[in-house]
Amino acid sequence: MVASSFLRKCLTTLAGLLLLSFGSLAASQIEDQTEQFFRSGHTNNWAVLVCTSRFWFNYRHVANTLSVYRSVKRLGIPDSHIVLMLADDMACNPRNPKPATVFSHKNMELNVYGDDVEVDYRSYEVTVENFLRVLTGRIPPSTPRSKRLLSDDRSNILIYMTGHGGNGFLKFQDSEEITNIELADAFEQMWQKRRYNELLFIIDTCQGASMYERFYSPNIMALASSQVGEDSLSHQPDPAIGVHLMDRYTFYVLEFLEEINPASQTNMNDLFQVCPKSLCVSTPGHRTDLFQRDPKNVLITDFFGSVRKVEITTETIRLQPDLGNMESRYKKEWMDEELMEPLKYAEQLPVAQIIHQDWSGHHRIFGIPGASKHFSVIMIPSNTLTFSEQSPLSWRARPQVEDHCR
Amino acid sequence: MAAALPLVLFVLLLLGPVGRGHAEPPRDSLREELVITPLPSGDVAATFQFRTRWDSELQREEVSHYRLFPKALGQLISKYSLRELHLSFTQGFWRTRYWGPPFLQAPSGAELWVWFQDTVTDVDKSWKELSNVLSGIFCASLNFIDSTNTVTPTASFKPLGLANGTDHNFLRYAVLPREVVCTENLTPWKKLLPCSSKAGLSVLLKADRLFHTSYHSQAVHIRPVCRNARCTSVSWELRQTLSVVFDAFVTGQGKKDWSLFRMFSRTLTEPCPLASESRVYVDITGYNQDNETLEVTPPPTTTYQDVILGARKTYAVYDLLDTAVINNSRNLNLQLKWKSPPESGYVHYQPAQDRLQPHLLEMLIQLPANSATKVSIQFERALLKWTEYTPDPNHGFYVSPSVISALVPSTVAAKPVDWEESPLFKSLYPVSDSSSYFVRLYTEPLLVNLPTPDFSMPYNVICLTCTVVAVCYGSFYNLLTRTFHIEEPSTGGLAKRLANLIRRARGVPPL
Repeated sequence: MVASSFLRKCLTTLAGLLLLSFGSLAASQIEDQTEQFFRSGHTNNWAVLVCTSRFWFNYRHVANTLSVYRSVKRLGIPDSHIVLMLADDMACNPRNPKPATVFSHKNMELNVYGDDVEVDYRSYEVTVENFLRVLTGRIPPSTPRSKRLLSDDRSNILIYMTGHGGNGFLKFQDSEEITNIELADAFEQMWQKRRYNELLFIIDTCQGASMYERFYSPNIMALASSQVGEDSLSHQPDPAIGVHLMDRYTFYVLEFLEEINPASQTNMNDLFQVCPKSLCVSTPGHRTDLFQRDPKNVLITDFFGSVRKVEITTETIRLQPDLGNMESRYKKEWMDEELMEPLKYAEQLPVAQIIHQDWSGHHRIFGIPGASKHFSVIMIPSNTLTFSEQSPLSWRARPQVEDHCR
Repeated sequence: MAAALPLVLFVLLLLGPVGRGHAEPPRDSLREELVITPLPSGDVAATFQFRTRWDSELQREEVSHYRLFPKALGQLISKYSLRELHLSFTQGFWRTRYWGPPFLQAPSGAELWVWFQDTVTDVDKSWKELSNVLSGIFCASLNFIDSTNTVTPTASFKPLGLANGTDHNFLRYAVLPREVVCTENLTPWKKLLPCSSKAGLSVLLKADRLFHTSYHSQAVHIRPVCRNARCTSVSWELRQTLSVVFDAFVTGQGKKDWSLFRMFSRTLTEPCPLASESRVYVDITGYNQDNETLEVTPPPTTTYQDVILGARKTYAVYDLLDTAVINNSRNLNLQLKWKSPPESGYVHYQPAQDRLQPHLLEMLIQLPANSATKVSIQFERALLKWTEYTPDPNHGFYVSPSVISALVPSTVAAKPVDWEESPLFKSLYPVSDSSSYFVRLYTEPLLVNLPTPDFSMPYNVICLTCTVVAVCYGSFYNLLTRTFHIEEPSTGGLAKRLANLIRRARGVPPL
């Protein structure tokens, strides 16, 4: 009797202990999860990737931007959250021996242009004004959604810029520049309008560190490929394409990012170590004094990826198409048709109507002598040609309208 | 957040049965078609057309359910009250002289022309907003369309669809010739297709092959069409067309044999399950021409004959929805082979080697009757070394005349030649056949002007250089290597004293 009650007591205490341990384990797991959940304060990710150089010999700047685009898309940021600005077209350039491709490694190993690219600002649209408008959100009302940066105060934004630069400026398309002061002011506008939670700014140009010297808004981390007074160098040329394919800093950043997957825990300190002076020849720099969190707690995927919380359900949901009322509807249409008149297509070249129509306020009736049966209308909508308003007599003196398409 | 998701699902389940009470979606259908045309120059043209027809009155009712017709374009039509929209992106130019007439040609760059409904009050404002929205959808710089490059044509560009009035005030036309077409324009175009690029003919649309072409044109056309033969109600038709011309030299390595795999690096595997018709047409009109026969494998089950663009053409038809076409091998790789009969001519060509031997080209041709045959050869002029020029290079250089040796059929049968009896002018050429006579003709020699260098230049250069060297270097040499010192005049010797005596006597100043 005593033994059984003692056994029972043992069992209950054992059960109690087990429950407690499980409970604490579960609690700590939930705590871990909630801590992870609230580790960074962002709920969505955006990326603004800018290539500012024009001309075929600046192929490497487009390849730089496209390799960051590729990594960012691979790690989960969708096209609707990426604003990609390329100042020139390299893939379909007549000088490209392999059209619709942009390579980052020589011997054509990796095509960073891909099959699924969406460029938002291209060619002449990449200007300093458009870039600043995208950042600050002061865009003309008719701009389509894909060209807007619709970030809010819980967005982490990655801004990557590449091109030719100098001490305190970055050159856009060989015709204008943006200074580091303008950039810092744009970021301050973004901060005051609550357009970002945290911002990572990466720049790969000559003397890139000068571009982040003037930042003064909080929560900005900046990386650059070279210090003031140093040039950023290009990596390797390809003999078939004939130009340098990538810049050194972005080449090693791409290699680093290829190892990252959406679940990896690599932090920013590893990114700061990418491309030491022995590989890059220039000294990459970074600035973290405006950033509130410690860089070793900041994950790479906080800026380069878009980690979304997804719950998978195993229930099946059936969606039934409704076929019942379709038949009666088409019968109704059939009866309606009997009452309406038949419609017809427009005549493509109604000669009589064109000749006799009222054109620019004057009635001009001109017949073409020796009229042939073949007419065609030649339209020249060029703003370089001007037709002077002369007397109708001069119209007759013009050459005959001939059949043009032979 | 985690709990919100099952809640959302629950709410969806609730709304499901309630939503069924609304109007059911109108009928829509998809037809897709590929036309492969071997061109006279050895290239091959491929034209894709994807047509989605939607039996709906977009203007009158509130549409909320889109199936095959893309939502992006449907919303455009209702928001901007469009009647017709035609947008094309083209790279290259259709060479009618070498390729024949095109089905549908588009100008280089981007072209956009739109007919608005007559309910629109401010056409220019709608036009500007529409071009901005389209630039976002197709990733192109169509936002550069403004009043400086927009016109309102008055005579051409009549509506291609149903129209009950053509007031040209509702038409706008613009072209951006600088616009580049690349994968970023193809990607959104492919996303508008119901089967995207996963099944049917659109699996062939791979950017790296489509842009390696002489001509690439993709377009979107929206217009209202008749719903049936009686044409009493209106359906919306969306046609997406893509034309490419593959270059025989670049893509085909000079050979005239084509296959789907060589053109697109893909073959057809299955039809698009949403399509009601999915066909491939191959133009076999040139089946027997120029002594070459065109062979198409696998052999077609049906052919289609009609008058297209003013000429009678025959097409081989492959219907992907017909199970016999695909079932045999699980994929369809059409092959076109040109087979020529054994050669009845002879060509011998020996290229020139610089300073060793000249070109030699010999051809045996059969000249057809009542015709003119033209043989032309292109050659390049090479630069000569300056010692190889003749003293009078401005005269030019001669190319030796060509020789034609011909056996001409004679209308009158000739008697056989007797060498000793017949006169001398008859026995110049030995002739074995009395029905034809032999003749050897020569063309004129060709005088070619080569750019002549200025032969006086070496002389001028030598003179100038020597002068400069003498003046500059010589002066420096003198300054650096010579020392100057003052010389006292010497008081003189015996002869000088004697001469001075004589001079004093004459009254002349002394030396």
